[in-house]
Amino acid sequence: MLNFELTQEQKEIKEMALKFAKQEMQPKATEHDQSAKFPIDIFKKAWELGLLNTCIPSEFGGNGFSVVDGTLITECLAYGCMGMNTSIMSNDLALLPIVIGGSKEQKEKFLRPFTESYKIASFCLTEPSNGSDAAGIKTLIKETPDGYIINGEKMWITNAGFADLFVVYCTIDPKLKHKGICAVVIEKGTPGIEIGKAEKKMGHRCSDTRGLRFNNVKIAKNHLLGNLGDGWKIAMKTLDHSRPLIASSAIGGAQCAYEHSIKYAKERIQFDVPIARHQAIQFMIANMAMKIEAARLLTQRAAWMLDHGIKNTEFASMAKAFAADSCMEITTDAVQIFGGYGYSVEYPVEKLMRDAKLIQIYEGTSQIQRMVVAREVLS
Amino acid sequence: MNIFVCIKQVPDTETKVTPNSSGTYIETNSIKWIMNPYDEFAVEQSLLIKAAKPEANVTVIRVGGSKDTEALRTAMAMGADEAILIEASDNLDSYMTAKALKGAIEKTGKKPDLILTGKQAIDDDCLQVPQLLAQMLGLPSVSVVVGFELAGNDLTLRREIEGGTIEIYKLQSPCLVACNKGLNTPRYASLPGIMKAKKKPLTTYKLSDVGVADADMRIKYSAFSLPPEKPAGKKMDAMDAAKQNEVVKKVVGLLRTEAKVI
Ligand SMILES: Cc1cc2nc3c(=O)[nH]c(=O)nc-3n(C[C@H](O)[C@H](O)[C@H](O)COP(=O)(O)OP(=O)(O)OC[C@H]3O[C@@H](n4cnc5c(N)ncnc54)[C@H](O)[C@@H]3O)c2cc1C
Repeated sequence: MLNFELTQEQKEIKEMALKFAKQEMQPKATEHDQSAKFPIDIFKKAWELGLLNTCIPSEFGGNGFSVVDGTLITECLAYGCMGMNTSIMSNDLALLPIVIGGSKEQKEKFLRPFTESYKIASFCLTEPSNGSDAAGIKTLIKETPDGYIINGEKMWITNAGFADLFVVYCTIDPKLKHKGICAVVIEKGTPGIEIGKAEKKMGHRCSDTRGLRFNNVKIAKNHLLGNLGDGWKIAMKTLDHSRPLIASSAIGGAQCAYEHSIKYAKERIQFDVPIARHQAIQFMIANMAMKIEAARLLTQRAAWMLDHGIKNTEFASMAKAFAADSCMEITTDAVQIFGGYGYSVEYPVEKLMRDAKLIQIYEGTSQIQRMVVAREVLS
Repeated sequence: MNIFVCIKQVPDTETKVTPNSSGTYIETNSIKWIMNPYDEFAVEQSLLIKAAKPEANVTVIRVGGSKDTEALRTAMAMGADEAILIEASDNLDSYMTAKALKGAIEKTGKKPDLILTGKQAIDDDCLQVPQLLAQMLGLPSVSVVVGFELAGNDLTLRREIEGGTIEIYKLQSPCLVACNKGLNTPRYASLPGIMKAKKKPLTTYKLSDVGVADADMRIKYSAFSLPPEKPAGKKMDAMDAAKQNEVVKKVVGLLRTEAKVI
C-alpha cells in the first residue's frame, strides 16, 4: 500500500511547473525583489498554462487537481520565487472558502470566471488588532432585508491592490467569537471598499500586501458562503487544505537554497580545497537534505490524507511549522555557506533568507501551528 | 493535411554522461530524458500550422527505448494529436532509425504532406536521419531551417548557412523540413494539455512491425570511453624583463613541438 512513486501525469505536471519556474520566474526574481513590482505578465502567463487556481474542481472549469498535485506545483513555483508564489498561492487561499462553503450557484458565479480569464483574489481574515487570535475579529456583518452590510478593517491582505474578488471574514458580534464568524464574497468595485497603500516589506517584495477598509459595503444575500455563523468552520477547512500548500512553498524555497549551497560549496576554494570538503560545511548540507526530505514527506502525507477524506488538521500544522522552520534554517545556513558573498545582494541566497521568514508568520505562525498540534495530540 | 513530426529523446543537457560499466554504451539508468531541443522547434511548427489549418493532423513518432515516453507525451501535451513509439534500443544508427520512421509513416496509411524534424539530435550529433528519411520516401528536404511560410502547397523556407547568411528555398509539399533554433519559440505543455494528453492515442510498434531487421545495422559501436583528461597547463613567468627573450623562445618552441599548433 505504501507507495512513494508519483504518477506519470504528476511527474509531467511537476516537470512543466519547474520548467516555468526556471525559465520565467527565476530570471526575474531579483529584479522584482528590488523594484517590488507586481509581476502581472508572469502571472498572466502562469494562468494561461493552468498554474493558477489549482483548487477549482473540474465541474466549474478547473483542472480538478488533487491536493497532492497542488503541493507539487506550489513547490516548483516557490523554487522559482517565493514572493511571486505567495501571490499565486493566495488565489487558491481565497477561492478555497468558496470551493468548501459555497453552493453550486455560488461556485458557478464566483469560481468559473477565474477559469475563463486571468483574475486575482484576496483572502481577508487578519485585522490590525487580530492576527493569531482570528476568532476575535471585529469586522461586522449586519443583515438587511435584501442582503448584508459589512463594516471593518483588514490588515496584511495579499493581492489586495489587484484583486477582482475578496473573500472576507466578519462577525455577527465579536462577543460570539468562533460562533459568530461569517465568510462573504465581495467583488471589486462594490462601493465602500477602501484599499490602503502597499506595505514595504522585508521579503516577498513583489507580492502586493495592503490594509483595507469596508465602509458600509452592501452585498446581496447570495454573497454569504453557507449560513450566518458558518465562517469559522469554513476557515478551518480552508487551512487544512492551504497549509500543505504553504508548507510546499517553504520546501521549494529551501530546495533552491540547498542547490545554490551545493554548487557554491563545490566551487569555492579555501585552505586549498573546495569548502565542500570541510566537514562543517558537509554537515550543514546534510542537514539541509534531511530537513527537505522530511518536510516533503510530512507535507505530502498531510495532502494525501485530505485527498483520501481523512482529517489532516494535526498533520497540516506539523507540515506547515516543520517546513517553514526548516526553510528558515536552511536559507540561513545557505548564507553562512556563501560567507561574505552570501550577505551581498549580488548573490541569490540573502533574498531566500528574507523570503523564508514570512512563511513562519503567515497562515498561522509557527507558534500557532504548535498550539494546534499540541491541542490535537493532547486531546 | 497530414503532418508527421519525428522526435528523439536525448539525455538532459545538465546530465553528466558516463560510459556504462561494460563500455558498450552510455549509462542510461541515471539519465533524465528530454525531448531533443531542435525537435521542439519541429513540434511547435506543426502546431502553428495546425492553428492556421484546424483540419491538420499532427502525428509524433519516436524510435527508442520504451521505459520513458516523456518526449511523446510532452508533444501531445503541447497539442499533437497522436503518437507512435517504435520500440528499439536507444543507440540505433541513423540508417535504421530513418528506415523505422519510414516504415511507421507508411504503416499509418496516411499520405504525409509534411514531415518535420530537428536539424540534429544533441546526443550523437549525426545529422543524418532527416536527409536519409527524405531520400527513402523520395521527398525533397531542406535542413537548418529558420523561417517557414506555407501558402497552399507552396513553402518558402529560410535556411541558415555558415556565417549567418540566409538562403531562400521555394518548394512544394509533400516534403521534409529539418528545423533549427530561431524558427519559433516552442510553447509550454499547459497543465490542461497534460491532462488531455492522457486520452490521446499512443501506438507502439516493434522494429519488425515496421520492416526493420538487425541486418539493417550499418554502424556498430565498439567501445565507449570518456576523453582523456587534459593535462594541467604550463605557466611561465615573463614578469622579469631580463628573462623575457628566453621565455618567448621557450613558449614558441613548446607551441611547435608539443602543442603542434604553429
Ligand atoms: C506579507 C504578509 C502577507 C499576509 N497575507 C495575508 C492574507 O492574504 N490574508 C490574511 O488574512 N492575512 C495575511 N497575513 C497576516 C498573517 O496571517 C498574520 O500576520 C499572522 O497570522 C500573525 O498575526 P499577527 O501579525 O497579528 O501577529 P500576532 O498574532 O500579534 O503574533 C505576534 C507573536 O505572538 C505569537 N503568539 C500569538 N498568540 C500566541 C499564543 N497564544 N501563544 C504563543 N505565541 C503566540 C505569534 O506566534 C507571534 O510570534 C499576511 C501577513 C504578512 C506579513
